[in-house]
Amino acid sequence: MQYIDNILFVVLLIGAGWFFAKNVKTLIRNIKLGQDVDRTDNTSERWKNMVKIALGQGKMTRRPVSGLLHIVVYVGFIIINIEVLEIIIDGVFGTHRVFQPLLGNGIYGFLIGVFEVFAFMVLVAVIVFWIRRNVIKIKRFWKDEMKGWPKADANWILYFEMVLMSLFLIMNATDVHFQALNHGNVISQFIAPLFSGLSEATQHLIETSAWWLHIIGIFIFLNYLYYSKHLHILLAFPNTFFANLKPKGQFTNDANVTKEVMLMMDPDADPYAMPEEGADEVLAKFGASDVTDLNWVQLLNAYTCTECGRCTSSCPANLTGKKLSPRKIMMDTRDRLEEVGKNMDANNGVFNDDGKNLFDWITKEEIWACTSCNACVEECPVNIDPLSIITEMRRYLVMEESAAPQELNNMMQNVENNGAPWPYNQMDRLNWVKE
Amino acid sequence: MSEQLIVPVMADVVAQGKQPEYLFWVGSAGSFDDRAKKITRAFVKILNKANVDFAVLGIEESSSGDAAKRAGNEFLFQMQAVTNIEVLNAYEVKKIVTCCPHSYNTLKNEYPELGGKYEVFHHTQFIQQLISAGKIKVANNTFKGKKVTFHDPCYLGRANGVYEAPRDLLNFLGVNTTEMKRHKSTSLCCGAGGAQMFKDAEPGDKEINVLRTEDALATQPEIIATGCPFCNTMLTDGVKVKEQEANVQVLDVAELIAASL
Ligand code: SF4
Ligand code: SF4
Repeated sequence: MQYIDNILFVVLLIGAGWFFAKNVKTLIRNIKLGQDVDRTDNTSERWKNMVKIALGQGKMTRRPVSGLLHIVVYVGFIIINIEVLEIIIDGVFGTHRVFQPLLGNGIYGFLIGVFEVFAFMVLVAVIVFWIRRNVIKIKRFWKDEMKGWPKADANWILYFEMVLMSLFLIMNATDVHFQALNHGNVISQFIAPLFSGLSEATQHLIETSAWWLHIIGIFIFLNYLYYSKHLHILLAFPNTFFANLKPKGQFTNDANVTKEVMLMMDPDADPYAMPEEGADEVLAKFGASDVTDLNWVQLLNAYTCTECGRCTSSCPANLTGKKLSPRKIMMDTRDRLEEVGKNMDANNGVFNDDGKNLFDWITKEEIWACTSCNACVEECPVNIDPLSIITEMRRYLVMEESAAPQELNNMMQNVENNGAPWPYNQMDRLNWVKE
Repeated sequence: MSEQLIVPVMADVVAQGKQPEYLFWVGSAGSFDDRAKKITRAFVKILNKANVDFAVLGIEESSSGDAAKRAGNEFLFQMQAVTNIEVLNAYEVKKIVTCCPHSYNTLKNEYPELGGKYEVFHHTQFIQQLISAGKIKVANNTFKGKKVTFHDPCYLGRANGVYEAPRDLLNFLGVNTTEMKRHKSTSLCCGAGGAQMFKDAEPGDKEINVLRTEDALATQPEIIATGCPFCNTMLTDGVKVKEQEANVQVLDVAELIAASL
């Protein structure tokens, strides 16, 4: 019976690891449903971006208050994870505070002291976050796309962190020996008196319970990620690495179109020529009507989105009451991709046409409201590019469906007929000289 | 303006066996839009004053394809681009300057892949170089002390990271600039980009150009300066909606410079 704790712990650890690996596999499979795009160039700049923006939180402080609070939670999260290492070793081998004798009371106490301070700061930051969302009701957290699960998800995570941090502090506060040492109990010494009236055995029971709840909480958290916007804590890294490095104004030149245009412009090309033997006979599709027409970086973007709404709160269309919200573009893309993935899971890995596509989530009205101003791209703290998805969907509407608004059709007709978006005569192009 | 402008046309100059150093890409707005034409003329005045060796394509110029591309019509864009590139390459054009951030962006970033590789300048960058090189002198008393605010065009600022050139020009003029709350990378679009210029907005509770004009008016300017013909139209309309046209002018930076030569 002596080893029952250790065995239980190892089972939980393996279970959590297995479940997590399974989710990661699904995630990678889904992202790979996207089209190819080469983002292997310029690796040194890509590393730099990752270090600066994901690791260094470089874009967070564009909004100083939420940015600084987020950095506290982020740094706290990383530092406290060092403590989780000790917890895992203790759990597997049945030791207690295994690092304490190894490091000596001085260093160990210092480390735990730092963890305690961070745990406390994280607790405060998370409470402020909760107040911003639920009491102050900051506008960007209350847009239409945030109703239901996204709102609950955000709050769940905050409760989770509050509980985890409290458990950590309670665990230390009720460790009678640790308190007696008086090394590193910077915060927990103020909590300890709450429990000091209890017997040592009771305190020990509370300590052990807090320890178990803390680590179980972490296992649950790990496996909750896949179902949550909190996936960003992992995906922010690859996402900033693979993000677009070109000037934001540079849109891709659709390669399928280039092929056809070059053919049309080539005086030697025979327009009636039969396709060569073995040539790709599948007709190229222009633009995107579903997630599988997007490239894999755009799909990675969708999973990375933190639903923070910084994009939406700087979008000129959204600010003036239009339906378009760049955050919703990302959430819809993710939700559709999840649907496609689940469809595949249910059909032995093959997608079974469900008669739906991305336009069942994102309306034309949203797509046409965009000014291509790049504010959303600029604001995104993890370098997501909602505009590129909007552009691909416009391309589909125009080139596959001829479904542009009438005024835009007029504009395009003018460009085609007289080389200007207005109905002026090309021969009058120099009239301004004489006016 | 009845000033005599010297506007060499590429075909004529090349016929005389000469090769102009710069091509001035006028753009469709700059060629046809009544308000934008004034900006075009102001810029040529500067080019003439600085004795810049340039030419325009004239009737050989065609839409850059920007509006078509942002609207999603990649076919039309690439047809326009390839046609323009043929003309530009035939004239062996190396350097291009334009007053339109949209043309600037597409010529600089999107044409190279299709075979058109040029050094492209926005006119604010170009004028800045002329001043630094001592080719023109700007009198700093015409607008001295005037209250000015600058609106960053999206396709110049965020799209291409050009924030300082237009501001440097305002500094040369000795005006009193106040930044809007949203400026540089946080600037708010005027509402014209992405082909919105050519259509009505989707249902909402406000027009984007009015919101942006309110941003500008909050700095209590006498002049709203910008560097894009579309922004100019949008903000001019915004000022009218706000019934401030008697107090506030919307001017291109090139117009301010041209009036101070
Ligand atoms: S690019 Fe489009 S979606 Fe993004 S902020 Fe501008 S208008 Fe909104
Ligand atoms: S796209 Fe970026 S800015 Fe917008 S909600 Fe997602 S993470 Fe936030």
